[in-house]
Amino acid sequence: MNGKTALKPKHQRLLLALLALAALIVAGLLAARALSEEASFFYTPSTLVKEKPAPGKAIRIGGMVKKGSIQRDADGVTVRFTVQDKDASLAVRYTGITPDLFVEGSGVVADGRLLSDGTFMADSLLAKHDENYVPRELADTDMNAAQHSQDSLVQ
Amino acid sequence: MAGCGHGIAAIGRRVAALAGKGTELSVVVTPAAIAQGALCLISFAALVYLFAVTDLSVLLVANNSHIDKPLIFKLAGTWGNHEGSMLLWVTVLTFSGAAIALLEKRLDRRTIAATLMVQALLALGFFAFLLFSSNPFERLVPAPQSGAGLNPLLQDIGLAFHPPTLYFGYVGLSVAFSFAVGALLTGKVGPAFARAMRPWVLLAWIFLTIGITAGSYWAYYELGWGGWWFWDPVENASLLPWLAATALLHSVSVLATRDALRAWTVMLALVAFAMSMAGTFLVRSGILTSVHAFAVDPQRGAFILALLLFYVGGAFTLFALRIGTVAQGKTFRLLSREGAIVGNNILLSTILGIVLIGTLYPLLAEMFGDKVSVGPPYFNKATVPIALLLMLLLVFGPMLRWRRDEAGRVSRYMIAPVVAGLVAMLIAYLVGSAAGLFVLLSIGLAAALAVASFLPLFGRRLSRTPLTIWGMVIAHFGLAVTVLGMASEAGYSSERLAAMATGDSETVAGWTVKLKEVGPVVGDNWVAMEGLFEVSRNGKTDEMKPQSRTFFSPEQQRRRPPC
Repeated sequence: MNGKTALKPKHQRLLLALLALAALIVAGLLAARALSEEASFFYTPSTLVKEKPAPGKAIRIGGMVKKGSIQRDADGVTVRFTVQDKDASLAVRYTGITPDLFVEGSGVVADGRLLSDGTFMADSLLAKHDENYVPRELADTDMNAAQHSQDSLVQ
Repeated sequence: MAGCGHGIAAIGRRVAALAGKGTELSVVVTPAAIAQGALCLISFAALVYLFAVTDLSVLLVANNSHIDKPLIFKLAGTWGNHEGSMLLWVTVLTFSGAAIALLEKRLDRRTIAATLMVQALLALGFFAFLLFSSNPFERLVPAPQSGAGLNPLLQDIGLAFHPPTLYFGYVGLSVAFSFAVGALLTGKVGPAFARAMRPWVLLAWIFLTIGITAGSYWAYYELGWGGWWFWDPVENASLLPWLAATALLHSVSVLATRDALRAWTVMLALVAFAMSMAGTFLVRSGILTSVHAFAVDPQRGAFILALLLFYVGGAFTLFALRIGTVAQGKTFRLLSREGAIVGNNILLSTILGIVLIGTLYPLLAEMFGDKVSVGPPYFNKATVPIALLLMLLLVFGPMLRWRRDEAGRVSRYMIAPVVAGLVAMLIAYLVGSAAGLFVLLSIGLAAALAVASFLPLFGRRLSRTPLTIWGMVIAHFGLAVTVLGMASEAGYSSERLAAMATGDSETVAGWTVKLKEVGPVVGDNWVAMEGLFEVSRNGKTDEMKPQSRTFFSPEQQRRRPPC
């Protein structure tokens, strides 16, 4: 055995502990860097008015699908609709298969990004229409108020 | 029947309380563990029976079942809900306690008694949870006519077995936890302890793997039109214990065969169970947005959180106090099998840390008033590089000798894997260079690993090779296949969205897809519109029949991709 291998047991344990600590720090740093680039903040149409994220940055939006706003493009797979809350609304475009529960007047949460013209381009839609279920992000928003304040006039 | 089941569960709890009383009562502990397991099993059987006959005077059955449901889904409905699945959890927990009491003969009696005591303490907490906040036998008066039905998404054979397999996995880790705490209490952390714990870790790992695969497969054909992993918080909740269990499985082998990594193994056992508990908490509390969240109930969440803090906090405190008394195991050089396994453990822990941070970050941000979601881009970006390092280590790690090795000796074996990896990367590059560096690297490493995974058989008589070696070879080869699949899916899938009318055809990736007709179909408790597609490529023709189903009980629509 040469000098290098003659690690005392105590030292080896210390070395292992340090290695584990280093791994934790690396995990933390990697996570922090990726989070700063990839975590997407949640907005409602109203909060978007107050604070606009840069176009192209991944964000998540939520609100109610405005009644009478869903339109399908000629290609049959692109939909345009308006998401609203009590005070504001937002034009959304989505290309893909819409969820079964995606209907006008129900809650929707969408991942995607803002385009430079202010339209929201959605990559995915999450819709649930069920009296027991409101998307968690929308739990503190008064959806009935949102629906009545704008739709009752439109309809 | 319901009252009887409830009564039995309550008795089971008293027995657990008795069993928890102390190490000195080791005479009592063993029979108590067995009795507890048997009582729980009866109680669970009672619930299964209630679901089988659809006894609607029981609230749980009325809320989750329906008289018209096919029998297999009536049975699966037993654990397709919060209360029933918690009873299943406790049943498996106590049943494994009974199994230790009956089967474990090699470990010294004091450590077994301590282990059983910890297991009984765990059971006690979950019994309390079950009886005080999630009683599955609660009555409903008056009984309704037909029952509310099981969510149609869950009426699927893949999902019937997804939760129970995961529970077996989680609970297997609780046994590892109990062994670790038991050994900490008696101070006997050594090869005998590792050999007693290893089968449980292996069992837990196997069940977790099956459970995750089953869930992923279900998502693939039921939920996502081809998606198999969404980095959803609840998926992460199953991945976290899996990562810890994988690390533990490797370090416990080192402890069993080489008597090294003592403290490390004990800590991993604690972490693994902490991750199962944290997973349960995330799923049951509904604290994170998820497609899975199935019991949004703050009280239950708080209860599980309290249990989590008590058990895990207690165990880590014990670890801090007692680990000084555990003597250091045997030493080894960095370039050795032990060294490679330490590398494996550290890389797995790093991935675990990254996934944990990403999963919990939205909660943390919410405390500061921000609503944030963390999705696939984060997880892919942060974990893939580490996973590739792990793959690289895996190519040569199993060829290293215990204690010490020479780089020159090992590198002789590496020619074939390196060649295979380079060839695979070249092929992948020629097929589609736009796939990206990480996809090419993954494919190369997967090919290298596919070859390298068989090297441990090199120079052995196959008929005399121990089963453990075969197990390792198959598992590592399986990882190579999995990574190859993931990388090809990420780099080379093509998707095309089109609206089609009857008679239309579309082309995608060389396949011609023609919509021949659309018509109605009727099933047991659903009706559907079914499309008939003819798909053809290079003269070969096949059919696909995707459906959009409408269920009667409860009323809900669901689409079903072709399969």
